[in-house]
Amino acid sequence: MINISNIHKTYVTGNNKLHVLKGINLRVEAGEMISVMGASGSGKSTLLNILGILDNHDHGEYILNGIRIENLNERKAAQLRNKYLGFVFQSFNLVSFKNAMENVALPLYYQSVKRKKRNAIAMEFLERMGLSEWAQHLPNELSGGQKQRIAIARALIAKPKVILADEPTGALDSVTSQEVMDILTDINKKENITMLIVTHEHDIAKRTQKTIRITDGMITETVIN
Amino acid sequence: MFSIDRWQEIYSTIRKNKLRTFLTGFSVAWGIFMLIILLGSGNGLENGVKEEFKGGAMNGIWISSGVTSVQYKGLKTGREIKFTDQDYKLIKNSIKGYDHISARLFLGNVLVSYNTEYGNFFVSPSHPDYGYIKEIQVLKGRFLNQIDIRECRKVAAIGEKVQSLLFKGKDSLAMEKYINIKGVPFKVVGIFRDFGRDDSEQKRIYIPITTAQKVFYGSNVINQISFTTGSATPEEADAMLRKAKMTLSRSHTFSPDDPRAIDIMNKSEGVRRFNALFAGIRLFIWIIGIGTIIAGIVGVSNIMMISVKERTKEIGIRKTLGATPASIIMLIMQEAILITGFAGYIGLVLGVGLLELISKNMPPSDFFRNPEANFAIALGATVLLIIAGGLAGLFPALKAAAIRPIEALREE
Repeated sequence: MINISNIHKTYVTGNNKLHVLKGINLRVEAGEMISVMGASGSGKSTLLNILGILDNHDHGEYILNGIRIENLNERKAAQLRNKYLGFVFQSFNLVSFKNAMENVALPLYYQSVKRKKRNAIAMEFLERMGLSEWAQHLPNELSGGQKQRIAIARALIAKPKVILADEPTGALDSVTSQEVMDILTDINKKENITMLIVTHEHDIAKRTQKTIRITDGMITETVIN
Repeated sequence: MFSIDRWQEIYSTIRKNKLRTFLTGFSVAWGIFMLIILLGSGNGLENGVKEEFKGGAMNGIWISSGVTSVQYKGLKTGREIKFTDQDYKLIKNSIKGYDHISARLFLGNVLVSYNTEYGNFFVSPSHPDYGYIKEIQVLKGRFLNQIDIRECRKVAAIGEKVQSLLFKGKDSLAMEKYINIKGVPFKVVGIFRDFGRDDSEQKRIYIPITTAQKVFYGSNVINQISFTTGSATPEEADAMLRKAKMTLSRSHTFSPDDPRAIDIMNKSEGVRRFNALFAGIRLFIWIIGIGTIIAGIVGVSNIMMISVKERTKEIGIRKTLGATPASIIMLIMQEAILITGFAGYIGLVLGVGLLELISKNMPPSDFFRNPEANFAIALGATVLLIIAGGLAGLFPALKAAAIRPIEALREE
């Protein structure tokens, strides 16, 4: 599903060059659930951005679902993100003035699905998350766990091939964290969606099939859990 | 491109940001309001001055005889120039392109009576064409005609004020009745309305010039020749006037440069001058108005800029979820156009409303009447608004489209 080889990324700020990724090779099979660990500044977020086509790599090759990702214009990148990728963030990133249902439906808006239809689909996904009675609530009326479940529903609604999660439990307490991981594991098993989770918590990483450790821009360890 | 969905998207954004939207719209509404008020006032001024020009064709030229003030061909100054029928015929034959021409006598205010009612009225002997030159409106009966002239009939066309004064308002009584002008009975054949604002223009009586020459003068003297220049351009009209002047100068031997030998009133020249003045005033108003609107646009642009900044995260999320740069640009620009359009429309309605109120409740004065904003102005303002909205939204939209999702989402 994901195949990257010898990925390099350097950030240039003024006269300073920061070589963040120094040749990453990674192969993730369809339906795999892996976690990425590393100290802050190790390059794990940069890797996730490149995998999410939110950022370009300098060297190397990235193939997503058989498509070579290279020098895409923003329009093409946006379409690929919409079609193949779902995102879950530490800070949820819900649109504050849209209610739960509208937030979940947003990816379908960019697929030009009619309002009624996409809201109906959004309701189905909310129901699966057990949040149908919260559909009309704004994000600031919901708990952290509820917000993250809405974000997961939003990531799932466009039926992506891969879900990229950046510290999905970073803002949650341990009980809620486990609940969110239950959901993600469940989706991975039932829907066979490939999952890549960046985390710094060992008990979260343990629940994935494989853990990759990044140190200083390189993969230094791969552990099968 | 203009999907209902995007409008709904914009509507939900606006609804959730009422204060921001209000502040954005206010400056635009104010700008348009001011533009409409300014343009309306300009029109009011123009209407007021145009009113001064009423009561006579806009392309009319009046030439009256005077007294020479320049020595010419051995003749001394102070000679009185006297026009006769001969001059009328000369001018009629020499100038080309006029559409109406008439000679007139100045009989002045004379005593006119009907039975026991009497009063002083301005009696004006003239040709039938004078009705066109003066642009009078016949209310009843007819104006003078060629048969009246040929047969020197004792007929009169009287102003509606004359009728109301002499006949005490019963117009049916006036027609076909004989009125006494300087002791001579004239039959009333028509009643007219003059749009001139002068009282003497309203209280006027027209009689055939040939009759007056015969009855009151016993000679073929005339005091004034007037004509309208038809569809002539200003240059052609000037040429016609020059030609008439030369003709008279030759036949009466006075210097063509003598300013007093003949007295010329060229209405088209005055009209032209005022038109130029008002074109200038209009330009000035549009410049000020557009300046005001630009201030509004800059305001909208500024607030949209802040709005984009505030919405950085939201736009980042949208881009992550698959929004293309074009869809982000359209989202911001349409919001700007919607706000400017809607607010501008409110300003437009308020402005037109205020003008209507002024127009209804303020008595028209000499130089200000009926301030109005016509359809063309409203249409122009609307087009201006849409362009303004687009411009106001453009830069913030481009800024929004340039937002990088990673940076937007990193912001906490």
